[in-house]
Amino acid sequence: MIIEIENLKKSFKDVKAVDGISFNVREGELFAFLGVNGAGKSTTINIISGILAKDGGTVKICGNNIETDADKIKSELGIVFQNSVLDKKMSAYDNLKSRAGLYGIFGKAFKARLEELTALLDLKDILKRPVNKLSGGQKRRIDIARALFHNPKVLILDEPTTGLDPKTRITVWSVVEKLRKEQGLTVFLTTHYMEEAATADYVVILDGGKKVAEGTPHDLKNAYASDFVKLYKHIDEAEKYFAALGLNVKRERDFVEIEVNSTAQVGQFFADKPEFFTDFEVLKGNMDNVFLKVTGKDLKEV
Amino acid sequence: MTKMTECKKLISLVSRNTKCYFKDKFTFFMSLITPLILFVLFVTFLRNVYIESFEKAFSENNLTVNTKIINGCAGAWLMSSILSVSAVTVAFCSNTIMIDDKISSSVNDFRVSPVKGTTISLSYFISNFFVTFTVLIVVMLIGHIYLACIGWYIPVGDTFMIIVDIICGILFGTLLAGVVESFISTQGGLSAVSTLVSSMYGFISGAYMPISSFAKGLQNILSLLPGTYGMGIMRNHYLNGYMQAFTEELRAASVEESVIDSVINGIRDSFDANLYSFGTKIPLGAMYGILLGTCALLLVAYVAIVIIKNKKK
Repeated sequence: MIIEIENLKKSFKDVKAVDGISFNVREGELFAFLGVNGAGKSTTINIISGILAKDGGTVKICGNNIETDADKIKSELGIVFQNSVLDKKMSAYDNLKSRAGLYGIFGKAFKARLEELTALLDLKDILKRPVNKLSGGQKRRIDIARALFHNPKVLILDEPTTGLDPKTRITVWSVVEKLRKEQGLTVFLTTHYMEEAATADYVVILDGGKKVAEGTPHDLKNAYASDFVKLYKHIDEAEKYFAALGLNVKRERDFVEIEVNSTAQVGQFFADKPEFFTDFEVLKGNMDNVFLKVTGKDLKEV
Repeated sequence: MTKMTECKKLISLVSRNTKCYFKDKFTFFMSLITPLILFVLFVTFLRNVYIESFEKAFSENNLTVNTKIINGCAGAWLMSSILSVSAVTVAFCSNTIMIDDKISSSVNDFRVSPVKGTTISLSYFISNFFVTFTVLIVVMLIGHIYLACIGWYIPVGDTFMIIVDIICGILFGTLLAGVVESFISTQGGLSAVSTLVSSMYGFISGAYMPISSFAKGLQNILSLLPGTYGMGIMRNHYLNGYMQAFTEELRAASVEESVIDSVINGIRDSFDANLYSFGTKIPLGAMYGILLGTCALLLVAYVAIVIIKNKKK
């Protein structure tokens, strides 16, 4: 395990921001922390990265304990903050140079790493431009380059796409995917976008500072999300029939949607009422449903 | 090796902080314009008042001296006021990078890197020192051109010592700003503190009015403030040359040595080149001692605040 968190606790006066969270992150995986604002995601990341001190529990990164080997841990982590922390009036090059200096990377070592990252993240045309003249996607690429300059083993992305337009979000994700594929980087992501969490290898859902669910997206969907069947023919009869069975039925203009316990149940209905199934589709539950089920909150509304 | 790396990290941070400051042309312009406005206001409104005061010191003893020396002396006194006040006020106003980094969370970016908290805080102090020094050197050069036009009687040694005094004053100003502003995390807070310091410091350090013109009780209280001695050392090195020029003029006019001593000492007392604490004259060396001793205490306080804040997080 590259990250091992055990019974992590942090309070701000009377507010328990993180309340006994435990989880592990495997090397090379895309790990997602899912939760609304105030769930404890950023507090956990701030503790892992050494910005905040914990009240209790243990944090181990790459086998190093945060209390005794903080500097070793800091050298293994690269962080992309939710809001860009680049110096806006300085050029991208100057930003990278000053940040590389914090990790003791100077002179030839700096130039060599800059060349690698320029090729990897396609920075050549933007290096000399002031950061405040760059687009959102270009800034994010510099943010990522900044976080990767010291060759960390873990890249922490704290809501990296919040506030970005869809095109830039795609750009950011293609960069992250490239890094995972080409460099085997472990990515620790916090997000409140379900579609981002759905692509993760492992997801932990936080609510009110506590871990309320964890697993692979597939396992979580199986455990917490119902499946749905949509019927497009005989919708009046189908609505009455399935409502009479006590199922959750939703009527729309040209289809009726029935919530089912499993896809196997659909097979049974198909056998019983084949006339309803001349035009239909079966939908697996998604991470929105999982989140709603385990937290009682709809991420689209919070 | 580790200390060397930490030192390189410090240099890297100082370079970044200083670049950030000078990239913001407006902030630099505002830092520079404040002492220059003070200079213009002094020359426009106060210069004649001080020229009359110097003339009066001689005319009361039925003595006359070259107007050029008196004009230059008044200008030098004003320059010592401007530079010693600006060493503190510019340091307070220029510490914007530290506050900006708190607001933008850039400081978190430094904290997640393997750099000591004390190195980060020290970098703000050093870069603020460089910025304030740059501003004051520009103001000093402008002021010295002005003095050269109206009457330059400052020896080379004292000109060098003025730069030393500027460094001592800035050391005091930047450390004081670092300690006070380490508790501020908003631009509004920075503006409020800067305004307060700018409006108060000139009076309590005797820049706008000589301390000798205040009531005895207040003089004693002000003598307990270390900033007073930042002003005192500057006054000495700006005025020494003029006092010497006055002395030579009076000797050439065959004025008795006792009268010359009395007049010159009277001027030094009236214009704060001589400073007293509870009736005891403070020697120049002691002024440096008090100022630099205070700087040492402020440095200890600054480091202690950083360590405590890092532990509290």
